[in-house]
Amino acid sequence: MNLQSVKTIYLAEMARSLRTVLQSIVSPVISTSLYFVVFGAAIGTRISEVEGVSYGAFIVPGLIMLMLLTQSVSNASFGIFFPRFSGSIYEILSAPISYFEVVLGFVGAAATKSVILGLIVLGTASLFVPFSIAHPLVMLLFLVLTALTFSLLGFIIGIWADGFEKLQLVPLLVITPLTFLGGTFYSIDMLPPFWQAVTLANPVVYLVSGFRWSFYGLGDVSIWASLGMIALFLAVSLGVVSWIFRTGYRLKP
Amino acid sequence: MIHVESLSKTYDSGFQALSDVDLEIRRGEIFALLGPNGAGKTTLISVICGLVNASRGRVLVDGHDNVRDFRRARERIGLVPQELTSEAFSTVWDTVSFSRGLFGKPKDPRHIETVLRSLSLWDKRRNRLITLSGGMKRRVLIAKALAHEPEILFLDEPTAGVDVELRRDMWEVVRGLRDSGVTIILTTHYIEEAEEMADRIGVIRGGSLVLVEEKRELMRKLGRKELTLHLREPITRVPATLDGHRLTLADDGHALVYTYDGRHNGEDDQAGIAELLADLDAAGIRFKDLHTRQSSLEEIFVSLVRETT
Ligand SMILES: Nc1ncnc2c1ncn2[C@@H]1O[C@H](COP(=O)(O)OP(=O)(O)OP(=O)(O)O)[C@@H](O)[C@H]1O
Ligand SMILES: [Mg+2]
Repeated sequence: MNLQSVKTIYLAEMARSLRTVLQSIVSPVISTSLYFVVFGAAIGTRISEVEGVSYGAFIVPGLIMLMLLTQSVSNASFGIFFPRFSGSIYEILSAPISYFEVVLGFVGAAATKSVILGLIVLGTASLFVPFSIAHPLVMLLFLVLTALTFSLLGFIIGIWADGFEKLQLVPLLVITPLTFLGGTFYSIDMLPPFWQAVTLANPVVYLVSGFRWSFYGLGDVSIWASLGMIALFLAVSLGVVSWIFRTGYRLKP
Repeated sequence: MIHVESLSKTYDSGFQALSDVDLEIRRGEIFALLGPNGAGKTTLISVICGLVNASRGRVLVDGHDNVRDFRRARERIGLVPQELTSEAFSTVWDTVSFSRGLFGKPKDPRHIETVLRSLSLWDKRRNRLITLSGGMKRRVLIAKALAHEPEILFLDEPTAGVDVELRRDMWEVVRGLRDSGVTIILTTHYIEEAEEMADRIGVIRGGSLVLVEEKRELMRKLGRKELTLHLREPITRVPATLDGHRLTLADDGHALVYTYDGRHNGEDDQAGIAELLADLDAAGIRFKDLHTRQSSLEEIFVSLVRETT
C-alpha cells in the first residue's frame, strides 16, 4: 500500500474544493434554507405532522440525503473527469500506484467532502426546526456509507462520461428524480397503494427511510432492508470500479 | 535498463500502431527515437510507461515487468508527455510537489527547489499554471517528471513549440541529467537535436523499428559524402573521360562535386577518389582547393524514411 500517494491525491482533491470553498459550502447551505422556507414553512403549515413528527423535522433527513447524493456524485465525477478531460490523468496512470489506491484517494476525498457537507446541512436545518437524533451512530454510519457509495458512483460516471453533457446527464436524469420520488419530502404511506408498490423499486427510498429511522426511529421500510440496500449498492459500485480498472475502460487504450 | 520484447499494439479501432518492436535501452544513455508523424513513437513510450495496454509482448524496466511488477517499474520512470496538460488553477510549486507525492516520495522542498531552479522556474513558483506561456508549461511538465528523482526520463517531443534559447536551456538540463546518471529517451522532430544530443538513435516507421544504431556509426554508415573540388579555371562541361565518376558541375563551372556513399564501407569509394584524381590530372583539370562534407542526420533520416516507403 502506497499511503504517500493516496494521501497526495486525497489532499490535492481536498485542496481543489478549498479553492472553491464558497461554491461548495455556501450553495448547499442556501439551497437547504430555501427548501426549508418552501417546504417547511409554506407546506409545513398545512401538513402539521407526519407519523408523529413535525413536517419540518420530518424532511430534515431527506434533505440531507438529497444533498449527500447529488454532491457525492457531482464531486467525485468531476474529480476524475477533469484530469481525463485536461489530459493530466497521464501522471496518475504512470505513477507507481494501484487502482485501488487511486480510488481511495479520489473517492475518499469526495466522500469526506460530502460527509462534511451533510453535517453542515444538518447544522443549517437545526436553525430552522428543532429535531432530535435517536441513533446518532447509525446516522453517522448511513452518512458515511451513502457518501462513499455515491462517490463511487460519481467516480464511475466521471470515467464513463466523454463530455460535460454526459457528466450532468446521470445526476440530472437519474439521481435527482429518484431522490425526489424517494420519500425525501413525504412518507410513502401518503401515496396510493399502487404508487407505494412502484416506489419500493426505487433504491433511494431505502436510503432515505433508513436515514430517517436513525433520527426518529421510524421508516417506510425496515432498517435492515435499508442497510441491506446500501450494502448492495456499495458492492455493485465496487464491482464496477474494479472492472473499470481491470479492463482499463476509458482510461487506457 | 529497459528491455522491450516483441511488443505489438493494435488499438481498438483495429489500427496497428506497433508491430513486433524489440528494443534495448542502456543505462545512462540518451536514446533518440525518430520517426514521422504517426510512426508510433508516442504509442511506444505510452506502453512502456503504462498508459497504453500492450496487445502482445512485454517490457522490463530494470528487470521489473511493467505490468506484473508495475510499482517497481514505474517508480523509476519520469514521463514528459507530448501534449501540454495541466491543472490550470494550481501553482507551479503545488503541481510539482504533487507529482513527487504521487510517486510515493516523502516531501523534499530542497529537491523541488533544485529542479525548479534548474529549469528557470523558481521565480514562477507561485504562479498559477494558467498564467504561464506554452514554453513555461513545458518546463513545468519536465519539472513534474523530475520531481520524484527518476532513473529514466522519457521526453516526448520536449522542444515542440519552444524557442531556441529555451531549447538550449533544456538540452543543458538534459545533459546535466545524463551526467548524473539518468537514462534519457526522447523523441523529436528536430533532427539536429538528436544529432547533437543522442548517443544512439532508433528510427521508427509505420510501427516498426527500422533501425537502431549508435549515432556515430549511423552517420558513418549512412552518411553520403560529398567531395567538392574548387577548380582553378572554370569548365563548361564535365569531360567525357570522367563520365564514370558521378560528377556534377557546380558554382558556374568553378567546382566539381563528387558524391559517394559511405555505406559500402568506403573501400570502393576510396579507390574511386584515387582514380578520380588521376583521371582529373590526365584531363588537365587543376583544382586549387577541396573539401569533403558528410551529410547531416536530417538528410540521412529523410533518405531512410523515403527508402522504406
Ligand atoms: N487511442 C488511439 N486509438 C486509435 N489509434 C490511435 C490512438 N492513439 C494513436 N493512434 C494511432 O496510432 C498511430 C501512432 O500514433 P503515435 O501517437 O504513437 O504517433 P507518433 O509517432 O507519436 O506521432 P507524432 O510524431 O505525430 O507525435 C497513429 O496513426 C495514430 O493515429
Ligand atoms: Mg507523438
